Amino acid sequence: MRNLEDLEKKINSELTTKINNTEIKHNQIYIETDKEDIIDVTLFLKTNQDTKFKQLIDITVVDYPENNQRFEVVYLFLSHEFNQRLIVKYSIGENEVIPSLTNIFPSANWMEREVFDMYGVSFIDHPDLRRILTDYGFEGHPLRKDFPLTGHSEVRYSEDKKKVISEPVKLEQNYRNFDYESPWEGTKYIREKIENNDKKN
Amino acid sequence: MTKKIKNLNLNFGPQHPAAHGVLRLILELDGEVVEKADPHIGLLHRGTEKLIENKTYMQAVPYFDRLDYVAPMNQEHAFALAVEKILKIDVPIRAQYIRVIFCEIGRILSHILNVTTQALDVGALTPSLWGFEERETLMTFYERASGSRLHANYFRAGGVHQDLPKGLEEDIAKFCETFPKIINDLESLLTDNRIFKQRNVDIGIVTKQDALDYSFSGVMIRGSGVPWDLRKSQPYDCYETLDFKIPVGKNGDCYDRYLCRIEEMKESVSIIKQCLSKMEKGPIKSLDGKISPPPKAEIKQSMEALIHHFKLFTEGYRVPKDEIYTAVEAPKGEFGVYLISDGSSKPYKCKIRAPGFSHLQSMDYLIKGHMLADVPAVLGSLDIVFGEVDR
Repeated sequence: MRNLEDLEKKINSELTTKINNTEIKHNQIYIETDKEDIIDVTLFLKTNQDTKFKQLIDITVVDYPENNQRFEVVYLFLSHEFNQRLIVKYSIGENEVIPSLTNIFPSANWMEREVFDMYGVSFIDHPDLRRILTDYGFEGHPLRKDFPLTGHSEVRYSEDKKKVISEPVKLEQNYRNFDYESPWEGTKYIREKIENNDKKN
Repeated sequence: MTKKIKNLNLNFGPQHPAAHGVLRLILELDGEVVEKADPHIGLLHRGTEKLIENKTYMQAVPYFDRLDYVAPMNQEHAFALAVEKILKIDVPIRAQYIRVIFCEIGRILSHILNVTTQALDVGALTPSLWGFEERETLMTFYERASGSRLHANYFRAGGVHQDLPKGLEEDIAKFCETFPKIINDLESLLTDNRIFKQRNVDIGIVTKQDALDYSFSGVMIRGSGVPWDLRKSQPYDCYETLDFKIPVGKNGDCYDRYLCRIEEMKESVSIIKQCLSKMEKGPIKSLDGKISPPPKAEIKQSMEALIHHFKLFTEGYRVPKDEIYTAVEAPKGEFGVYLISDGSSKPYKCKIRAPGFSHLQSMDYLIKGHMLADVPAVLGSLDIVFGEVDR
């Protein structure tokens, strides 16, 4: 499809039940679907003559710890033929296992390994789900919002044991995260304080 | 009598000079033929994405220099464009030209490094000596504009940090006159060189279909005959107004990719020339005081400028809630930033899409059935820089 509006209509009419929401912004099309339908949606987008999203650009996850369904899985596709970009998303809970796209796009292999490494989301049917970017024997999933910026352990060479050892992080000074938001434009805590004072008075 | 022969497992890197950084490649060899390659990456992982989530938008820029450290400003460009699109601000025309000039300088920097070290990997020493002299000149241009040779931190959302110093435009123009001769010299050493051709022709062939399936981009996909360049197909900044060609390969082997890079350098020189001739005096960053800091002199005079300066360097500017994927044609391929903002002055998430990650992934597919000696040749033509693969 040459333009995004037609593409949006086409996707909505062909995949009616599998699509929860579509939106066009920044010259890209955003689609929301469900975990169960991702394989069908991807296959359709890749093979249909009017879409031809033949390249998977990236897979990633966004962490929203306060949500019921904590993770949002994001797939970025590109169609060379029609020069369009498309983003597919769905939400999952913390311990859910999701289908792998490795059979459709071989390049999904490392992308899914990275998602597993960084967020701890597991994939069914993945041929080789190992950690990829973090160290051998690393614990935790660094890009989760509840993982501290400084990490949990640090490595150093021990003169006594003559080998590299891993220890809990010891900081001379805590990581300082200043809240710079301008009070005069109304930060939350100041607003709340004022409101509470008003109530007391 | 039959003898049982076991395959040999070989550990290539992480300290091997031909591994182009810290790649640990586990190879399974049957005699001298590679049966399987398993790259172990992450030895240079610094948690860039996590760090960016904890920094303001302006503080995030230097992290992009440290991804593909051979062409730093191309990465900054992707981030600047993403933030600009969310903020909906316009970039002054002079700033666009400056950015394009430095992106093309970055492309030449990266391609010189790649072409010459690839030659080094297959046994030619001289090209790297000749090429690195030119890289040094280019890096002085970086230094004169931004203050540092490598980690420039020069692009900002809304333009660039400061205007070009006096005389720099003339010197870049002079370089554009002398550099084509250097490319010709390099070509005279390599293009028809028998040994170089023996090592690269028909090695690491990528078909069109596989280039798509393995998420290739940049020279890796163009070498296989797909005419796809984001500067042409999804133009950003002032690329639309410039006239340049996209070199495309035919066979998709290491040699075609080498030829593409050589041609791209020539095109880059022509782009820089066009920019220099079209560039006029004018502002170099957005005039919106809420986004770009005021000039130092103004801070002494104007109360408003002082407040803006203070707010920008403590809180930083806030970016409205939105999400966007923006990609640029970096020297190595499609470099993208998937940015999610939540209305505060720090990104909620910033996923970096590095071209080298997908390219290195295909190592197993590319090298299967080749000889051990072809590993450095294929690796060289993939153009891997570990800063961006490991992030």
